[in-house]
Amino acid sequence: MQNILQMKGIVKRFPGVLALNGVDFTLRKGEIHALMGENGAGKSTLIKVLTGVYQMDGGEIYLAGNKISIGSPQDAQNNGISTVYQEITLCPNLTVAENMFIGRESGSWVQQKEYEKRADEILQKLGIPARSGQQLGNCSLAVQQMVAIARAVDMECKVLILDEPTSSLDDKEVQMLFDLMRSLRSEGVGIIFVTHFLEQVYEVSDRITVLRNGELVGEYLTAELPQVELVAKMIGKELDELSSLHEVDETKEEKKEIFYEAKDLSSSEAMPFDFNIRKGEVNGFTGLLGSGRSESVRAIFGADKVNGGTVKINGQQVKITKPIEAMKAGIGYLAEDRKRDGIIAELSVRENIILALQVMNGFFKPISRSESEAFADEYIKVLNIKTASRETPVGSLSGGNQQKVILARWLLTHPDYLILDEPTRGIDVGTKLEIQKLVLKLAEEGVSVTFISSEVEEMLRTCSRLIVMRDRHVVGELTGKDLNQEQVMKTIAGGEAADEQEK
Amino acid sequence: MSKKNDKKFSLNLGQLTIPIIAILLLVLFNLFRDPSFFYIGIAHNNDGNIVLSGNLVSIINGASELAVLAIGMTLVTAACGGQDISVGAAAAIAGSVFVKILKSVPSINGFTVLVAFVSACIVAMIFGSFNGTLVAVFKIQPMIATLILYTCGRSIAYWINGGATPTVDSPIITAIGSFIPGIPIPTPVLIVVAVAIAFKLLFHFTSLELFTQSVGINGSAARLNGINATFMKLLSFILLGVCVAVAGSIGVSRLGLINHETLLLDVEMDTILAVAIGGNNLGGGKFKISGSIIGAYVIQMLTITLYAMKVSSTDVKAYKAIVIILLVVIGSPVIKAKFAKLTAKSKFGQPKQPAKGAD
Amino acid sequence: MRKFKALLLVVVLTLTMVLGACGSAANSGSGSGSGSQGGDKAPAKSSDGPIKVGVVNNPPSESGYREANVKDMEAVFSAANGYELKTFYNIKNDEQLQAAQGFITEGVDYLLISAAETTGWDEVLKKAKEAGIKVYLFDRMINVDESLYEAAVVSDMSKEGETAVNWLLAQNLPEYKVIHIQGAMGSDAQIGRTGALDAQFESGKMTKVVQQTATWDEAEAKKIVESVINSGEDFNVIYAENDGMAKGAVAALDEHGITHGVNGKVIVMGFDCNKWALRELKAGAWNYDGQCSPFQAQIISDLIKGVKTASSKIIINEEKGFDAKELTDDDINTYGLGE
Repeated sequence: MQNILQMKGIVKRFPGVLALNGVDFTLRKGEIHALMGENGAGKSTLIKVLTGVYQMDGGEIYLAGNKISIGSPQDAQNNGISTVYQEITLCPNLTVAENMFIGRESGSWVQQKEYEKRADEILQKLGIPARSGQQLGNCSLAVQQMVAIARAVDMECKVLILDEPTSSLDDKEVQMLFDLMRSLRSEGVGIIFVTHFLEQVYEVSDRITVLRNGELVGEYLTAELPQVELVAKMIGKELDELSSLHEVDETKEEKKEIFYEAKDLSSSEAMPFDFNIRKGEVNGFTGLLGSGRSESVRAIFGADKVNGGTVKINGQQVKITKPIEAMKAGIGYLAEDRKRDGIIAELSVRENIILALQVMNGFFKPISRSESEAFADEYIKVLNIKTASRETPVGSLSGGNQQKVILARWLLTHPDYLILDEPTRGIDVGTKLEIQKLVLKLAEEGVSVTFISSEVEEMLRTCSRLIVMRDRHVVGELTGKDLNQEQVMKTIAGGEAADEQEK
Repeated sequence: MSKKNDKKFSLNLGQLTIPIIAILLLVLFNLFRDPSFFYIGIAHNNDGNIVLSGNLVSIINGASELAVLAIGMTLVTAACGGQDISVGAAAAIAGSVFVKILKSVPSINGFTVLVAFVSACIVAMIFGSFNGTLVAVFKIQPMIATLILYTCGRSIAYWINGGATPTVDSPIITAIGSFIPGIPIPTPVLIVVAVAIAFKLLFHFTSLELFTQSVGINGSAARLNGINATFMKLLSFILLGVCVAVAGSIGVSRLGLINHETLLLDVEMDTILAVAIGGNNLGGGKFKISGSIIGAYVIQMLTITLYAMKVSSTDVKAYKAIVIILLVVIGSPVIKAKFAKLTAKSKFGQPKQPAKGAD
Repeated sequence: MRKFKALLLVVVLTLTMVLGACGSAANSGSGSGSGSQGGDKAPAKSSDGPIKVGVVNNPPSESGYREANVKDMEAVFSAANGYELKTFYNIKNDEQLQAAQGFITEGVDYLLISAAETTGWDEVLKKAKEAGIKVYLFDRMINVDESLYEAAVVSDMSKEGETAVNWLLAQNLPEYKVIHIQGAMGSDAQIGRTGALDAQFESGKMTKVVQQTATWDEAEAKKIVESVINSGEDFNVIYAENDGMAKGAVAALDEHGITHGVNGKVIVMGFDCNKWALRELKAGAWNYDGQCSPFQAQIISDLIKGVKTASSKIIINEEKGFDAKELTDDDINTYGLGE
């Protein structure tokens, strides 16, 4: 097969970190090439070098055999390299059509009507449920992602980079995307596919390149690399823990006291629902994207405007309408959107870690510098946070490490009840596992945990009880032997069996 | 300036690099132009006190109002991601209240001056909370919200003054505005030091800095961590109100006269520039008060340098604009990135130097 | 929290109202006052009732001068003196034109105008003439044909400067090293007050140490003087084009231990004759204060009532200049502006 893209000996430095150390990467014509690695392995950096967001400090890039230099994202685009990033980088206040054509009107002014028409054609061809004139911010996250892909696809690219494109798509949408990827492949487009979903890699990719700690581990044919070996190569050690993390003793669960109980709790975003959690229990909300699982936990934490319902903690009725009240009641909440609701990007790791505790201590009782340094050091060590120093701005950390910082923030408040909404989204296998282990360890220590994840597998491994949601309503609750993939799917899909078992 | 020095700055000073380089450039420029610019003399003033004099004293003294305002403006900028353009007008109001109270008391003594200042403070804080409410509660962009007071603030000051330009004459006011007998340092300078220390203490004994930065960088995340973002924004405007009252009172005390039309005229632009030169992001977030204070002195030093060169004061503004544009452009992220790249490359080419922080 | 929000709302609404009132007041500051004056009385024929006078002027907030000017007008054209006064104060020419138009429609007997701009008045003044309304200009000239107004009572700004410079020459100093602090460049007062001094600089009779504009700003004036002091240059006259800037200059002298005023090293000259400035003068801290007289009302009133007749269309208002050594308390009370 013909090489369309070759990257040789790429080096990229950041202050305090060598992000890429002589990495090679080859993409052939008409292949789907998965780029794999843990968080901080250098995948995103490599992609950003290729797309001109970062300037490399060493190495060479060849496109169709010709050496090129990529000085800006515009350069990359002109060379036929298009990208869809992990975090959506479109403008929510523009229309779908404007987003698809922004920045590449070729000199002459393309009439708005004209490109709305063209946008509609593309959207239709790809089966994306959006209208060209719609404001992008009004579309669901999944549709926004697909618009981003549509934008890239339309650029008649030779190299298409998909950086975590599926992390916010549901199964049906993922299949749609895969179909699209396959048809692009048959047209000779080389696709670089960055993802954390191993199954997806095996479903769609032809070849896999693995990076670890900024270095190349190797390039493999997907068909010749068993999944377990892939994981081992990514995290650099054999992995036997993935199978099952714990056994739930149901009878023991029921003896535990109820810590938190809500009746008819509702918010501006969530329909009324009942919910409880016992001390040391790990339960979870599951359901498709938009089923209301995030909205429900936000209501528990008072993140949205709470409209009604009664809440009891340890049997005592309490009022939780604001985050600070929830925090004072011993509840911690790791939000779904890490970038928007979690990190304070420009502040240091240290400041991010102490933030919630500081708020609980109050405005007039600041944590001293030395104390906060001790806290930060402790949690950097405990959670194995990879950072140049505790004073590094948290925004410059990789996604998984940012997530750990936010976890540290809540752990530092020593919550009785921790709500984790998609804590493993967009982070690497190793960290995912660490977080799951941590959840179980907390539960052993008596902390109640509500866990939400798009990956049902993950929830089955950690939760002893699953609350299933559909269309903003709780439609079932699964425990014990019902805790399996099939049952969850049935309940989500509205199978009657699940409902019966529920009663 | 040698290359080595440059590197040291960029390593150690971070945000303060630009303002400190600016100060150094101005110092160098004046050293070449006329070393006697830096002459500090000791003289007796007309009240018979021993006082310091010279251009440096003029610079540090003259920048006092600007420095105090820049402190408050930094907080508002950090919390709200925007600037208060009504500080000049609000200072005119505060100054007018200060004079009004002093004129209405039978005798001016330490206590009545304190009462007058506290009244000015309260009035400025009320106007500050008016601005702050528009910004924090009604989510109006700071520049638009403060445009209201900017437009009519001096008219309000006019009403308080009942027209004309009331004067106050008292040794205490003279002491506040120029020199306290026995202390050779201008009192406004001491006031700036006091305000700076007060804010330092405020940062030390409260979580103001952390909360303000959190709100400014990521309001949504701050809220989900239990921070009352509305209150923090409001608080920043109220604290700016205190700064406005201090600046207004200094301005009035310098001459013992309140002219609502000219008191701290156009100071809002200089204040915002001081914040910008100080390396603070005008879009909010992380901030450094010390940067803004240095920024204020940069602006004043520039002005005094131009005066010393006998540049016509009508041209001073144009020259100032040019220098300030340069400073702000040099401090912009684009140029910083280019600069960082250059230094990185030069390091790359020198094998004897280890790569920075490659561990 | 609810209560707090409600309280906030109240505060904001109150302030908004106050500020709003401020905005509207700037436009029609005196509307209510003149309305009540006019409204109380039954419409009377101009021949036997009070004389109806419409005054279009700049707003008193413009300057201390204007403040005094407006007060003087309101005092002279009072009901007690047999007038019915309608006033309109605005800094915008367009609004002034509209107001003048309004006064003509209302049917005043006399129209008194101090225009914001010198142009655009032909039409209105022609209409006034057609309606038989007599027009007096005060303080500021307008570019129209002489026939359109009865008389213009104005200040001659250049004469004001000449008076001051002549006083300075009369001091017979061995040498004149002058710090000249100018007002806002291009304003009438600045041009008038600068002219005579510039002539002296050109003739070589006086030396220009520095000539800078402080745009009427006291603090700026202080900076200018300070920079001269710091440079070590010698000077013995400060010629500041208004009182505030003179005060700023004096503050700089005081801080650097330079004596000034009567028996001092530096001669201090100011303009406007604010009461506080005249008191400084009286105390001997300053040497001279010139005035552009804001008192034109009595002259116009005399012309209206026929007590005096105009010798020419343009009447130059008498300008004053006070020497510290000759100033009396009566002068302060009579000619001082403000309080």
